[in-house]
Amino acid sequence: MTPEELQSIALKKHEENGKFKHCLHVCVGSGCCSSQADQVLKNLTDGVKKGGVDKDVRVIGVGCMGLCANGPMVSVDDNQPLYQHIKPTDAPTILNALDKAPPDEMVCDTDQPFFKRQMQVVRENSGRVDPEDISDCIAHGAYASLAKALTTMSPGDVIQEVTKSGLRGRGGAGYPTGLKWSTVAKASGPDGRGQKYVVCNGDEGDPGAFMDRSVMEGDPHRVLEGMCIAGYAVGASKGIVYVRAEYPLAVKRLNKAINQAVRNEILGRNILGTNFNFDLEIRLGAGAFVCGEETALIASIEGNRGTPRPRPPYPANSGLFDCPTLINNVETFANIPPIIARGSSWFANIGTEKSKGTKIFALTGKVKNTGLIEVPMGITLREIIYDIGGGIPDGKAFKAVQTGGPSGGCLTEKELDIPVDYESLAKAGSIMGSGGMIVMDETSNMVDVARFFMEFCMSESCGKCIPCRVGTCQMHALLDKIYNRKATPGDLALLRELCDMVKATSLCGLGQTAPNPVLSTLKHFENEYLERIQTSGATNAHGPSAHNGHEVNA
Amino acid sequence: MIAPNTSASVQSLTLQIDGKDVSCRSGQTILDVARENAIDIPTLCFLDGLSLWGGCRLCMVELAGSPRLFAACATQCAEGMQVVTDSPRLLAYRKTIVEMLLCERNHVCAVCVSNGHCELQSLAQKLGVTHVHLPYRYPKLEVDSSHDRFRLDHNRCILCTRCVRVCDEIEGAHTKDVKGRGIKSFIIHDLDQPWGEAESCTTCGKCVHVCPTGALTDKGTAVAEMAKRRQFLPYLTQMRETHS
Repeated sequence: MTPEELQSIALKKHEENGKFKHCLHVCVGSGCCSSQADQVLKNLTDGVKKGGVDKDVRVIGVGCMGLCANGPMVSVDDNQPLYQHIKPTDAPTILNALDKAPPDEMVCDTDQPFFKRQMQVVRENSGRVDPEDISDCIAHGAYASLAKALTTMSPGDVIQEVTKSGLRGRGGAGYPTGLKWSTVAKASGPDGRGQKYVVCNGDEGDPGAFMDRSVMEGDPHRVLEGMCIAGYAVGASKGIVYVRAEYPLAVKRLNKAINQAVRNEILGRNILGTNFNFDLEIRLGAGAFVCGEETALIASIEGNRGTPRPRPPYPANSGLFDCPTLINNVETFANIPPIIARGSSWFANIGTEKSKGTKIFALTGKVKNTGLIEVPMGITLREIIYDIGGGIPDGKAFKAVQTGGPSGGCLTEKELDIPVDYESLAKAGSIMGSGGMIVMDETSNMVDVARFFMEFCMSESCGKCIPCRVGTCQMHALLDKIYNRKATPGDLALLRELCDMVKATSLCGLGQTAPNPVLSTLKHFENEYLERIQTSGATNAHGPSAHNGHEVNA
Repeated sequence: MIAPNTSASVQSLTLQIDGKDVSCRSGQTILDVARENAIDIPTLCFLDGLSLWGGCRLCMVELAGSPRLFAACATQCAEGMQVVTDSPRLLAYRKTIVEMLLCERNHVCAVCVSNGHCELQSLAQKLGVTHVHLPYRYPKLEVDSSHDRFRLDHNRCILCTRCVRVCDEIEGAHTKDVKGRGIKSFIIHDLDQPWGEAESCTTCGKCVHVCPTGALTDKGTAVAEMAKRRQFLPYLTQMRETHS
């Protein structure tokens, strides 16, 4: 296929879409599908056929629209109107109301801050395009950036553009993407053949996080396009999308997208009439959180046990099969097409001085509007929780928000006005992380929160290094003891000591960050720990006090 | 000034370890150089002749200018590096690591066949681990005595994976591997079968002799009788390197 053919596909599809009077978008993301959205889609499709209006009304399944709390969502045309809480039996009502005033009780207000305060860059097409139809995606601009990069830019230009955009890794650590790309571009393989790889990290595993899933489900071609552009920039001819097997829908749509792209000669040999070759395949993760760590992920792709190894060498120099390997997160790759299409200065205008662009967060927990949001960097946590999130439900008071999942920390009322960017969050004692954001109200017990995340780290530790393998287990036992009011002041001191030791000596990020939830809850809510600690009989630090069975009312 | 191109030849570097000026070749690790200069850095998973593992974290050292710690076995020397191997902080961490191993499973030296020949035991003595300040876990674990000549006692295993690596890399059998994860990790044979039923095992006994503790032993040994002979490993690797 040539860039001209790509354009003609887009035009033809536009023309086709234009013939319909209405288009119904049904969210068929994992969240809405769990509330029968797939049945809604089927009933609407059948209803249109039965009513004989299938020449006028187009019904498509689309990706996540964000407001998961009110799903399943159905959008008529461009949110005129947007329906919420749709059941399969509502299909006739929706079809009957197409040219009339929609029934008020089913309509979702799109003027509310949840929609108005967001800024869609990565998710601009999610909820609008049919992820399973490549021509619909092309009509909405997919692969135009790839064509632009391949035909008008050199690999060096692409890296320059990404560097100038200021994009940083969306996996959590915030490493400058352009710098990573240029490192891989300069590295040479072990055998001089120059084989390099591009790997997309889709092993999203933080509890309560589903940003990458929705991007892969809602707009898979954007991820493939980003990887393809990366391959061109760093000189790689092979890409691998590593997705956890717990995301069957994402895997299905990615597979379909890859097949369609190959059939349309957008992937493979001589892409878009140039001499650039790029093949993509999917590898499934078998359910290990640690495989989100890049060296463990590489071991897993190679067919080995998913355990991390000491760095350096970094994957940029010696990664998959010892070849230079570019590993970026799903959201990072999904940011590439808009940067190439609209230019680095447009992107660099969004966000703060050091954190550019937007960030997707999975807003969950004790907040009214749970769902997926994309906001410009620099927005405050207060705006996210109270304006976009709609505040805390049931008249309860806000207590804390956990960012960064099990590697992050909690932030309290005092920190709500700090801007959301990599540096500010780190300074406040948490991290940006991959985008999980769990809001807690006054009913949450922070010792329990710390214990929950420690249990997660304990069961996800690979067991390779001693501090993480034994340390997380010991810390979990101590937290459990504290929560059950059986601990002594000595136990708390030991917990602090282990936090410091595990953080300093663990092999990979999992162990190094596992103590963070404990440290941050200890920092902000030490009283909740202290009130559960026995003050009498403190001499017997570890032994019988756990078993003597008497409860102390603190 | 243009630097002379020395990339084809091996470069030599100088660095400081514990205040002592030492020299080394580029590509050498901190652990290599420290041992050459009789500076002791404790290790458990590391064994000359086997691939790098980096799991025990005992060889963590401080580098001037970095708040992070580095594993000496996995960190290559660089010109002008200033390494500290024995700060009070490092010693405290090392003691905790040894204590973590002692409380993780059931290490009872007094009744162990490796008493007096155990790397974990001598490390604990050297580091001054007089007591364990972490709660003991006392897990209930099995002993695999199904093999004709050898025994695997999970109670004494520290998961250093020396046996896994020697079996795979030196013997080429890959009978042993690790199952499970985290605190539930265990050494297994073939498809998690009893050792005696593992068809790939060649009964070479290399795993027994690289094991640092009494986890892998010869059958028929009584308390303190199981001394390990490691000489074969550097010999084998050297012979293979020269004759390959």
